[in-house]
Amino acid sequence: MAFAYFPHTEDDVRLMLDRIGVGSLEDLYSDVPQDVIYREEYDLPDALSEHEVRQYFEELAEQNTSLFCLCGLGAYDHYAPAVIPHIISRSEFLTAYTPYQPEVSQGTLRYIFEYQSMITELTGMDCTNASMYDGATAAAEAMMMAMASTKKKTRVLLSEGLLPQVVNVVRTYAKFNGIELGFIPCVDGATSYGAMLTEVAVGDVAGVLVPGINKYGIIEDFTGFADAVHAQKGLFMVYSDPSSLAVIKNPGEWGADIVCGDSQSLGVPLCYGGPYVGFLACKKDYVRKLPGRIVGATKDVDGKRAYVLTLQAREQHIRREKATSNICSNQSLMALYVTVYMSLMGPSGLRKVNELSYGGAHYLHDRLLETGLFEKAFDKPFLKEFTLRALVPAQQIQEALQMIGVFGAVEVEEGLVNFCVTEKVSKDNIDAVVGYLNEMKS
Amino acid sequence: MKYYDKLIFDLSKAGRQGYSLPARSWDATLADIPAGLRRAQAPALPEVSELDVVRHYTNLSQMNFGVDSGFYPLGSCTMKYNPKINEEIAAMPAFAGIHPLQPSETVQGVLRVYKELAHALSAITGMAEFTLNPFAGAHGELTGLMIIRQYHISRGDLKRTRIIVPDSAHGTNPASAAVCGLEIVQVKSKENGLVDVEDLKPLLDDTIAGIMMTNPNTLGLFEKDIKEIASLIHECGGLLYYDGANMNPLIGMVRPGDMGFDVLHLNLHKSFSTPHGGGGPGAGPVGVAAHLVPFLPVPKVVEDEEGYLTIAGQDGESCGQISGFMGNFGVLLRAYTYILMLGKQNVKMVGPLAVLGANYIKESLKDCYKLPIESVCKHEFVFDGLLDQSTGVTTLDIAKRLLDYGFHAPTIYFPLLFHQAIMIEPTETESKETLDGFIEIMRHIAAEAISDPESLKTAPHTTPVRRLDETTAARQPVLRYAEM
Repeated sequence: MAFAYFPHTEDDVRLMLDRIGVGSLEDLYSDVPQDVIYREEYDLPDALSEHEVRQYFEELAEQNTSLFCLCGLGAYDHYAPAVIPHIISRSEFLTAYTPYQPEVSQGTLRYIFEYQSMITELTGMDCTNASMYDGATAAAEAMMMAMASTKKKTRVLLSEGLLPQVVNVVRTYAKFNGIELGFIPCVDGATSYGAMLTEVAVGDVAGVLVPGINKYGIIEDFTGFADAVHAQKGLFMVYSDPSSLAVIKNPGEWGADIVCGDSQSLGVPLCYGGPYVGFLACKKDYVRKLPGRIVGATKDVDGKRAYVLTLQAREQHIRREKATSNICSNQSLMALYVTVYMSLMGPSGLRKVNELSYGGAHYLHDRLLETGLFEKAFDKPFLKEFTLRALVPAQQIQEALQMIGVFGAVEVEEGLVNFCVTEKVSKDNIDAVVGYLNEMKS
Repeated sequence: MKYYDKLIFDLSKAGRQGYSLPARSWDATLADIPAGLRRAQAPALPEVSELDVVRHYTNLSQMNFGVDSGFYPLGSCTMKYNPKINEEIAAMPAFAGIHPLQPSETVQGVLRVYKELAHALSAITGMAEFTLNPFAGAHGELTGLMIIRQYHISRGDLKRTRIIVPDSAHGTNPASAAVCGLEIVQVKSKENGLVDVEDLKPLLDDTIAGIMMTNPNTLGLFEKDIKEIASLIHECGGLLYYDGANMNPLIGMVRPGDMGFDVLHLNLHKSFSTPHGGGGPGAGPVGVAAHLVPFLPVPKVVEDEEGYLTIAGQDGESCGQISGFMGNFGVLLRAYTYILMLGKQNVKMVGPLAVLGANYIKESLKDCYKLPIESVCKHEFVFDGLLDQSTGVTTLDIAKRLLDYGFHAPTIYFPLLFHQAIMIEPTETESKETLDGFIEIMRHIAAEAISDPESLKTAPHTTPVRRLDETTAARQPVLRYAEM
């Protein structure tokens, strides 16, 4: 029986069974119908030693190709400082559960409070949770929150500029929750103000969700949006990349009521899509409909500053079938990545990340146009990612880039490809990629 | 644990920086963005040095209690040891550095992990196939219910919109059902804590989509009538959903698929040793019986005859997409590492040793604490407060006093069936010595409740902070630094 994760000796087991008053471990299952006890060998590999496990994963790792990342579309290859994994791996954070006992969870509670403070600074909202799994599910929760916050409305409108995975997930939740979705098309690469007005005027709109930076990488202009949505008593909601909010006009400034998105861009590894951390932030008026865990400041009986999970009457374990969200998670550890990242970067670091990404992206954009393989798809401002129309099949470009270990030119729509540049990308990197594409062309 | 009162914002000083970024400059600058699209004022984030950050978060960590700090008998949360090798595998750059949209030919190793982990989970649970996309237990519940609804919809059986949930269920069960657009029908527990089959029968008709069961239930008791319940539900055309939050005691002994369940979720952060991280990230894979495979969410990993793996997107039958990409891959890696370490040999001991520990504590304390249902338990059990409650000492007081003695508190005031519920789950990774230490302190606290009840009512005394003013926190919420 000896195994590193089981501390029981044979004597221990015997003594424990004696105390319980049964003869064998199997007797502990006497309440289970005997025909459902599984007596066969499990179809699993033989137990491996730690060294063998390591070797096995190294073999699997060799079947992956690590590529230099020039792709965005909802997951961003920003640099994560060395401090982050060291803090994350402190086991007092890593191996704790949801801070139900605040007296021994002040560490977790404190950093979530800091996270809330930072995300609200970036988004221009009053409160946020740290409980969303990812951006797409946060958008679905935003939709349900809009339904719960408005009376007798049946529809939520989505911009077609939202990332496809966000639209797909919202669509699934809406289908089962019984929410009708309407779509606002993009014109010239941005959510159409006119189409939004028309759709909102139809009525019954609980909320309108638009992307701060859309799937083409374009920075959207929401002049007039909030007023139009509010005039129909709906909520104006923005899906945001929080890294960008250090420099672009934030949803609060645009008059948004709810902001959602994915904080992956703030220090979280790409890791094939997860774990990430979504956020859902709102104006104070809507906090009682905000799902998930929220931390508030208070004092203990001795008057010491302390933090605690608060406003719990909103949550699923209290509301049960009356709940408008089933969120139980608190994506704490991922929020810690983000909190440590933002602490290190501060306002000037985040600005510089955006500055470097912006500059590199525009350099790549212009150089790619010079190759003659692409033409401009839109003429609108973008930040770190952009879309070009490929003049040869997009697949061909993507495969060619892969030959030199580069991941880019992912097709967003027929013939339209995405590129993204972060602060990790140098001029030499870009010149090499463009030089190669020029060669390929000739 | 030592008290430390700063927020990172308190350390901020204009002009300090904690980052290092490339010095390069580009021709295009942010000033080129039209002024109307730019942020008016920089966000008020802290300005601190790297050491400030390291020391601050190290200080914060010292006010936290984790499984590595000590015994954490939190019922229904399965706070087992989180092996260190899991973390190292998940951090390998060949996995952690991969963009989720990379093409299949460049991620065969990643997709192999999906395929092999799904296979291992099928072997352990007796289900035909798994999706690993759900992010957490509650997300798995929701996904499983979507699969159930999609199944009924695919058959044109549109009136099945009601789901049966026992009153002992985790709060997420009814909440997930509500989010999935289902109406909840509650079924009461009997005196012995189990679902009442006679109560169930009249509820069954052609509007029932299915039943959500936790087995063992939240009292730690095995639902003995499960096979009869399964045939009743199936006869009425409904499906059985298994809430895998309590799967740990069954690992190595009983497979939910063999009990007649059609859909289940597992909490990899509970039964499969991935760290809880202060409440997340988790992973909630969903397994289904063969007839439900087409309704699993997309994207799916598909294997061809040569063993080449690809990703399939939207199709007509699936319940849809429920995650931005393909779930919490980093968590999946940890769980698969754990399963490879266990292997077919050790997997058989997980459940039995977890059950051994729970029964050992229960039998050692039932002369001091009120055991409402006398029965062999599975991985956890519930006391209804002290046997002698004459001094007014409550479950909350006991929980707080445990903190003074270096233990984490059990789950308290859940399940809702008892007023003073204390739910204890030790897991298989705790030694007899640890359990003996806990038993001794629990007995000591029961004695203190008589001899010195005041010390319990004012506990904890030795933690970094003591009892908090939760009322003011909720009445006048302060939710960010700017409001302090």
